[in-house]
Amino acid sequence: MEPHNRWFIAVTILLSLLLAVMPLPYNWLWFRPAFTALLVIFWITRMPQSLGVGFAWLVGVLEDLVTGATLGTHALALAVLAYFSLLTYQRTRAFNPAQQLMWVFVLVGINQVVGNWVHSLSGKPVPGLTFLWPAITSALLWPWVVPWLNSVAGRLQVR
Amino acid sequence: MLGLAAAVLIVINIYTDWLQPLREKAASLVAPFYWVTGTPGRVGDWAEEQFRTREELLDENSRLKRQVLLLEQRSQLLAAAKAENTQLKELMNSAETLDEKVLVAQVIGVSPDPLEHVLMIDKGRDDGVHLGTPIMDASGLLGQVIEAGASSSRVLLITDASHAIPVQVLRNSVRAVAEGTGDLYRLKLRHLANTSDIRVGDLLLSSGLGGRFPAGYPVGEVISVQRDPGHAFVEADVQPRGRMNRSRFVLAVLDSDNAGEASVGTP
Repeated sequence: MEPHNRWFIAVTILLSLLLAVMPLPYNWLWFRPAFTALLVIFWITRMPQSLGVGFAWLVGVLEDLVTGATLGTHALALAVLAYFSLLTYQRTRAFNPAQQLMWVFVLVGINQVVGNWVHSLSGKPVPGLTFLWPAITSALLWPWVVPWLNSVAGRLQVR
Repeated sequence: MLGLAAAVLIVINIYTDWLQPLREKAASLVAPFYWVTGTPGRVGDWAEEQFRTREELLDENSRLKRQVLLLEQRSQLLAAAKAENTQLKELMNSAETLDEKVLVAQVIGVSPDPLEHVLMIDKGRDDGVHLGTPIMDASGLLGQVIEAGASSSRVLLITDASHAIPVQVLRNSVRAVAEGTGDLYRLKLRHLANTSDIRVGDLLLSSGLGGRFPAGYPVGEVISVQRDPGHAFVEADVQPRGRMNRSRFVLAVLDSDNAGEASVGTP
């Protein structure tokens, strides 16, 4: 398949990176959805033939640089996430919205668990299960973002 | 494969500082992100400034004039005290304190990770800021630079859980180490001797030990002391003086001596 309008992927990733560093009141920081993780799931489920773990890894390194996290944190988390999305993309497509929401919660949860593992490795205190909040907010965001992304990507015929 | 590469990166990043130059290069690349996401805030500030009434401005003006008067009076007293101090120090043959140069920097971003207390400021190596430069605001110490890019740097606040700063009680010069707790409004003194004289209300200043922070800047105030005969040490909670999450402008203290570069470890 000829690549077509791939720039749209880059634009969405750029937007998600901006949202990832958007200033928020301190207490809301715990709830910031994992925008890059959502996009990685979306793009891999949509184009599993051409996008894969490498794509997710690249996005992760960019996010590490932008957020100033330990280099490799998001890269590792998103690579793992991408692997699972690749394994299950057929099911994800067939799920009804409620099932999809639950599944996205699990996927982003895996992403968060890996990120949290790196955090504790670097000696940061991890307050209980709060690191799973983004998985919940991301899952709740999924049904709103995906139809919109799908319609734009469909109109642009992103391949 | 890539997972392994990421894992190796993480390990290198945590246990060595080989990647520091790369990160400092990336800092200038990353600054625009923070600039863009800061736009709504700046528009808000601009609007607030534009749409103020005449009375509000007049009010503020007279308030500031009064404040300037007060501060001028105080700085006159200070000049006299300073002269006296140098004289006394000369008498005692002790090292003289150097005047520090101070640079005003603007906060352009805050770390998106709630687990780390890091600010981005708009001054970097080109302005004389380097690894370890102390950062403060009008009321106290805020933190130190952990990554200096060409024109922006990242500042680790003293409240970050990985930070600790040597301090001294103003009242009686008892020394201690104030550790960050990960809470923006709380520092902790652990391992104080059971007999040490420390009370609620004591002001803590940076002691200058460790060679990173200049001596004599206010760090915080003791708000509670836990004395438990069953424990080997006394612990105290400290409220930091600097306004950790409310400062828009901060001061970078550029040293004139050799403190800084020397004893920098991975933060």
